[in-house]
Amino acid sequence: MSYLTAFITGGIICAIGQILIDKTKLTSARILVAFIVAGVILTGLGIYEPIVKWGGAGATVPLTGFGYSLVKGVIKDVNSYGFLGIFTGGLKATAGGIAAAVFFSLLAGLIFRPKIKT
Amino acid sequence: MKRLGLQTVALLSAPHIIETASIVGKKEGEGPLASYFDFILEDEYWGEKSFEKTESKIAKENMAKVLQKAKKAPGDMNYVLAGDLLNQCISSCYAIRDSEIPFIGLYGACSTMVESMAVGSMLVDGGFADNVLALTSSHFCSAERQFRFPLELGNQRPPTAQWTVTGSGAAIISNEQKGPKITNVTIGKIVDMGIKDANNMGAAMAPAAADTIYAHLNETGREPNYYDLIVTGDLGYIGGDILKDLLYKQNINIKNRYNDCGILIFDKQKQDTHAGGSGCGCCGSVFAGYLYSKLKSGEYNRILLVATGALMSPTAIQQGESIAGIAHAISIEN
Repeated sequence: MSYLTAFITGGIICAIGQILIDKTKLTSARILVAFIVAGVILTGLGIYEPIVKWGGAGATVPLTGFGYSLVKGVIKDVNSYGFLGIFTGGLKATAGGIAAAVFFSLLAGLIFRPKIKT
Repeated sequence: MKRLGLQTVALLSAPHIIETASIVGKKEGEGPLASYFDFILEDEYWGEKSFEKTESKIAKENMAKVLQKAKKAPGDMNYVLAGDLLNQCISSCYAIRDSEIPFIGLYGACSTMVESMAVGSMLVDGGFADNVLALTSSHFCSAERQFRFPLELGNQRPPTAQWTVTGSGAAIISNEQKGPKITNVTIGKIVDMGIKDANNMGAAMAPAAADTIYAHLNETGREPNYYDLIVTGDLGYIGGDILKDLLYKQNINIKNRYNDCGILIFDKQKQDTHAGGSGCGCCGSVFAGYLYSKLKSGEYNRILLVATGALMSPTAIQQGESIAGIAHAISIEN
């Protein structure tokens, strides 16, 4: 059952991205940023948490999930350290993802060469 | 009288295009015009370390090829006129740096092939040169990095996007009496209709093409049926339709004699190139390969070659500027 809900949730989020690419003039970079900001706002408003509960990885793996993690980290650190937590929490919670992205990008950059799209 | 109007001049000595050469990439070599090109690359690198170096090599090798085909030495050329899409026209500069031919660098975005032939033929007609070499190049991968996103990003292409042609066109224009002649030159004005979408160049450039074709016909007093073919550089499917409609509204019907290099070079169904081909190398290679051979065989005797260019930079687009379009036309006749 959780496979199905994750599939539906992730599918819907990605479909929104595809519609934005096809129907608007937004560049992919702007869509990516918009997804993160949307995740932050929806989590802040308490809307994204229920989506994560229902959709699991389908909601946390897409970029909106990154926004969700940022907010969760900030809330956690604000509860522990107060005001400073606004600045420390987000990056702490997402450090794994960011470091992995940098590391694996570098690795891929060392091993592979870009190729033409076919 | 050489000057016919604001934009058009008549070349009374009618310089000849004595030889052309074309090199294209793998994808272009899988398209419907494959048999017309002189050389087709096997991959996007051609043994170089970067796409930019490859593009420069394509231009350099194509220049050597056209000289070899025409049995000319670099020293026979009075000028080389060249340009491309990369910052500071580096493909052309590095392609030409060892040639020792006086170099005039041009930037007309995708209109550069016709721009260089237009200026070159005026130099020959004016008696300032016996032989000039016109050269352009583009490369899909370097153009994506220059104008959109680097390929490393793995970005998705929107359906209105055109496909930058990997390739080069070269032509030698001479006062020798052989080959098709350039009889008229119409230099375009900048036409900007306020389009800001860098993924929809065809639509941005179509009004410029319409403006230039209108001016050309007006100033030469010709009807569209004077030409066997009116061919634009790289408006693609979307821009081509807009052009035909714009001219139709001015009571000029080019529909039965119109084509576009960006449409000709790829097979839309099989090659998934969305709105068609673009880039300096598109008009360059299609003219130097396909159109020149059709002129020589006599299948076409009079063509109006109208190359279009989108004068913009990514920085300008990010700052909210619109795309300034331009189109230059030359009439080539047997």
